[in-house]
Amino acid sequence: MRILVCLKQVPQKDAPLKLNDAGTWIREDVSYEVNEPDAFALETALRQKEKHTGEVVVITAGPARALQVLREALAKGADRAIHLEDDAFVGLDAYNTARAIAAAIKDEKFDLIFTGLQSDDYGYAQTGVILAEILGLPHATIIMQIEKNDGGIRVKRELEAGFFQYVDMPLPAVLTIQSGINKLRYATLIGIKQAKNKPMRKVTMAEVQSAVGANLQKIEKLYLPQKSKNTEFLEGPPAEVAKKLVEKLKNELRVI
Amino acid sequence: MADTILVIVEQREGKLNRVSWETIAGGQAIAAQTGWTLEAAVIGSGVASVASAVAEKKVAKVYAVESARLEPYTPDAFAHGLQEFLGKHPAKLVLMPHTYQVRDFVPKLATVLQTTAISDVIGFKYEGGKLLFTRQMFQGKFVADVSFAGSGPCFVTFQNGSFRADKVEAGATSMLAPVETVNVEIPDGVVRNKPQEVFKEAKQAVDLTQAEIIVSVGRGIKEEKNIALAKQLADALGGELAASRPICDNGWLPMDRQVGSSGQTVAPKLYLALGISGAIQHLVGMKGSRSIVAINKDSEAPIFEIADIAVVGNLFDIVPPLIEEVKKAKG
Repeated sequence: MRILVCLKQVPQKDAPLKLNDAGTWIREDVSYEVNEPDAFALETALRQKEKHTGEVVVITAGPARALQVLREALAKGADRAIHLEDDAFVGLDAYNTARAIAAAIKDEKFDLIFTGLQSDDYGYAQTGVILAEILGLPHATIIMQIEKNDGGIRVKRELEAGFFQYVDMPLPAVLTIQSGINKLRYATLIGIKQAKNKPMRKVTMAEVQSAVGANLQKIEKLYLPQKSKNTEFLEGPPAEVAKKLVEKLKNELRVI
Repeated sequence: MADTILVIVEQREGKLNRVSWETIAGGQAIAAQTGWTLEAAVIGSGVASVASAVAEKKVAKVYAVESARLEPYTPDAFAHGLQEFLGKHPAKLVLMPHTYQVRDFVPKLATVLQTTAISDVIGFKYEGGKLLFTRQMFQGKFVADVSFAGSGPCFVTFQNGSFRADKVEAGATSMLAPVETVNVEIPDGVVRNKPQEVFKEAKQAVDLTQAEIIVSVGRGIKEEKNIALAKQLADALGGELAASRPICDNGWLPMDRQVGSSGQTVAPKLYLALGISGAIQHLVGMKGSRSIVAINKDSEAPIFEIADIAVVGNLFDIVPPLIEEVKKAKG
C-alpha cells in the first residue's frame, strides 16, 4: 500500500491565542503542533504499512515552521515528505489547499490518501473530500477502521449519536480519519536519527500557483464570541468557592 | 439563478431531523431580511410525504428530488443527483444542516460546481446588501464573519442549535406550498461505495438523557486515576458521570458515557463540567441543560460562554472541598 497522509500544523491546544492588529487572523507567535486528527491519520497509515508493507508519504502546506510536523512524522516511520512551503498557504481556503496538494502530487500514485476529519484552526472538515473530487477518487469520511478486502477496502464510518456503518469501496480512495481511534506512537531515538536522511521534497507556491485560484470564502473579521449568557464568576480561595457554589446549587439552582 | 434560497433538508426513514427544521427556520430568517424567495428540497427515494410535511411551512415551493439510487445514502449519488437538480433549478444560496452526512457530500458537490461551502455556521448578518455568515474557528475560541466571493451557488451548513426548530413559521392556513417531484438520473458507475447496514455498537448501558444531574469530565482531568475524583463528586450530588470525547477515546470511561455530537445529547437540571474546554462537538450535546456550571483553568475556554456559573481555577483544588461541602449540605 502506498499511502499519502496530509498533515496540518495548528496552534497548540492550550496555546493562548491573540488576534492580529487587523482582526482577521491570530497572531502567529504561538506554539504549534500537528492537528490532532491528522496525528491519528498518520498512525493509521503506519499501521497499514506494517500490515501490508508499502510506503507512507506525508505532505503539508504551510510556512517554514510546518516542517516540524513532517520531521516528526518521518521520525515516527513515514518514508518521505513533501512540503508545500510558503506563508501564503496558511490563508488558503479548503478548495485551494486541496488544489495545491493535488498539483503537488500529480506525478505520484497512491492507493490511499488520508486526512484528519477536520482541522482545529479553520475547522472546515472539507479538504479531504475536495481533494478526492479533484483527483476523481471515491471517499469516505470520519473513518475508524480500515480492512483490506478483495475488491479494495472495507471501512468503518462513524455516524451520529452512536451509530456506525461499514462501507466497501474500491482503491484508490481518500479517507478522512477520526481522532482517538488508536494509540499514537512516539518517535524513537533511532527514528529521529533516521528521519534526517529521509527524502524531503520542497514545493514552492510558484510551482502550484496555476492550480490555485482566488479564495471563494473570505474571513472579513475574526473576533471573540459574544456571550449569550450572564455568566457569574465565583472567585476566591478554593474552600470559599466550593462553599459559594454549593449555596447556589442549593438555593438558586435547587439541585441539592 | 433568481434570488432563491434553497434549503436541502435531511430525512432518514421518512423523518426530518431537528437540525433540518432549524435550517428551515434559518432560511426563513434570511429570506425575511433579504427578500429572497425561500424554497426547500427533500432528497431520497420515496420522499413525497416528507416533502408534504415541509410544504406546510412558510416556503414558496418544495421539491422532492427522487431516484432509487439515492437510497441508501452515498456521497457519489447525492452529489450527482443534487448537481443535476441545481442545474435545472438554480439557487443563489443553498442551506443545509451541518450533519455528518452533509459533511460527507457537500464539499464534493461544491467542488463539482466550482464553488465553496461555508461550513459549521452558527448565524448570519445582512449588512448593506451583503450576507455574512458567522462560523466558529479555533475550536470555538474565536468566531469569524465570512463572506462569499464566488459566483454561486453559495453552500452554507448550519450547526445544531443555531436556529430554533420551534420558530419555523407555518405557511398560510390551509395553504400548502406546491410540491414538485424532480426525478434525477444517476447512471451506472456513478456510485462507487457500497454502504452496509447502519448499526449501533454495544447497547447503551447508561441513559444519560434521563439524568437530572451530570458531572462531566474533559481533558483537564489529565489522568485516568483522577476520574475517581469526579466520580466522588457525582456520587455526592446523586448524579451520573459523563465525559467529553477524548476521555472515552482514551478508554478512561466507556463510550456510552460520552456527551456530544457523536455521543448522547443531554439536558439535565445541572451539568457540571470539569476541565472541559467546550469544543462545539461537545457543546451541541449539552447546551440545552437547564443550568451549566463550569470549572476550568483557562479563563478563555469556550465552555464559559454558555456557563451560568463559572469557576476559573484548578479543578484539583476546587473539587475536593466541593465534595465536602455537598456532603455537608446534604447532611
